[in-house]
Amino acid sequence: MTGQHPAQIPGERAVAVRELAKVYGPLRAVDGVSFDVRRGEIFGIVGVNGSGKTTTVECLQGLRDRDNGEVHVLGLDPATQRDALRHRIGSQLQESALPDRLRVWEALDLFAAISPRSRDWRRLADEWGLWEKRRAAFADLSGGQRQRLFVALALVNDPEIVFLDEMTTGLDPSARHAAWDLVRAVRQRGTTVVLVTHFMDEAEELCDRIAVFKAGRIVALDTPSALVRRFADHSTVRFTHEGDDLPWLDGCPGASAVEREGTRFTVAGDGPLLAYVASALVAHGIAPLDLRVERPTLEQAFLRISEVEATTR
Amino acid sequence: MRGVRKLAWVEVKLFIREPLALVFAFAFPFFMLFILAGVFGNDIDSTDPESVEVWRGVGPSDYYVSTYVGLVMASAGLITLPLRLAGYREAGVLRRYRAAGVSVPVVLGAQVLVCIGMAVVAATGIVVTSTLLYGTVLPANWALVLLAMGAGLLTFASIGVFLGAVLPTARAVQGAGLALFFVMMMISGSGPPRDVLTDSMRLVSDMMPLTHLNLLLQDAWLGFGWAMDQALITLAFAVGAALLAVRFFRWE
Repeated sequence: MTGQHPAQIPGERAVAVRELAKVYGPLRAVDGVSFDVRRGEIFGIVGVNGSGKTTTVECLQGLRDRDNGEVHVLGLDPATQRDALRHRIGSQLQESALPDRLRVWEALDLFAAISPRSRDWRRLADEWGLWEKRRAAFADLSGGQRQRLFVALALVNDPEIVFLDEMTTGLDPSARHAAWDLVRAVRQRGTTVVLVTHFMDEAEELCDRIAVFKAGRIVALDTPSALVRRFADHSTVRFTHEGDDLPWLDGCPGASAVEREGTRFTVAGDGPLLAYVASALVAHGIAPLDLRVERPTLEQAFLRISEVEATTR
Repeated sequence: MRGVRKLAWVEVKLFIREPLALVFAFAFPFFMLFILAGVFGNDIDSTDPESVEVWRGVGPSDYYVSTYVGLVMASAGLITLPLRLAGYREAGVLRRYRAAGVSVPVVLGAQVLVCIGMAVVAATGIVVTSTLLYGTVLPANWALVLLAMGAGLLTFASIGVFLGAVLPTARAVQGAGLALFFVMMMISGSGPPRDVLTDSMRLVSDMMPLTHLNLLLQDAWLGFGWAMDQALITLAFAVGAALLAVRFFRWE
């Protein structure tokens, strides 16, 4: 990385982190983390609770001082250029609140007034489904409504980069999917998104690249599909069949294990497994109606990454 | 600047929406007014030198009216202001404000402005009530009284921010702030006159900022002049508390 100071190439990297470390007493909460976030991408940070995700993004936002390492966000150092950075980034914090009796419109109006640059909060309220609730007090909002309000507040200053920390926690499934669409729309407007989440489906659905945190370190960093390929490259083909065992299934290219429980068959393996299993079945005159393949998910990759790390430690 | 104004206005609205906080914070000075005016009235036996000395030569209600103004300020600084600051920190409101780029002076400035405004309203209410109901005297020297009020507001605003900065939770404020408030209410001149306190009580009383503020206000109100010693001591409390507040303020 010699001579590649992020401030000198602002067009490429929104965030550059080198050897970031944060210690709380004996706990190394963040222990030498390095990564870049490209402009315009949705960058995911996943990991179990206590793996250092939130501490890392707090250091990036200037909400916490780091103990070691270099951090540049939009070419600025959040530790020393906090004020200059503040108005160019949006923050949705994991644990925060508003005064109980503050109304939705007042919060949006206030946060818009604080920032030198701001979007029309009425449109934001509308986009995030808060318009109907604009006169409601914060204390009277449901968990999901609060969460949406916090995201809207993070966007009211029209930030170049927005940090979303567990944005969809507390949202019901339909609200989550609506929130995902909105995050994509945020990115369409050119905003870089750093998304902290412990929902793997969310990370897989939204993120261009994902950093997997474990015990204060990054143990994997890649696109969701590359992570799945690398750590969970196996498929499972399932179907039901009444009758004898099907020993010839073992001969399908890529198949590694065939299991039978009553009438339910499971073939595990790699590569284009479904095609081979289907062709073998048809060749033997069997055409199950429920033949299907289950592709590995990021969640499986994540569990696998955690296991691998555990055994190599 | 737009931010401070808006935040202060929002805080005013929040304050009004929680009338309980308002009643609680400013009820005690009114209780004292009604109870002590009922007990002592506003007449003294001018032939009894002891009585004249205890009440500084004026009627008890005249003696007390300025001290209730001091008490209102103490209640703002010892209860209202720290309760809001600590409550906001506890709930994560300060954290949320900070992430949005609100600076410490803006947060504290808005809170202090609102508390000062509320204290002025409550003090006015006390004076109007006392004048109308009990016929107590108005300030002999308005300029000095306003100056003393300014010193009092400054001092208790600083103390309020200091308490809000060091007390971690709203619960802690309810304990420590209320305890301080009641001690001051009883022995700083708003309760039994200073002259009837025991020596040890007077010693504690001398360490309380409200004691000095009350004397400052009382002298100005009754036309006894400007108590420079008391003014300096009051301002010393203001500066000390402000420095400690800046030193210890935490967002979370």
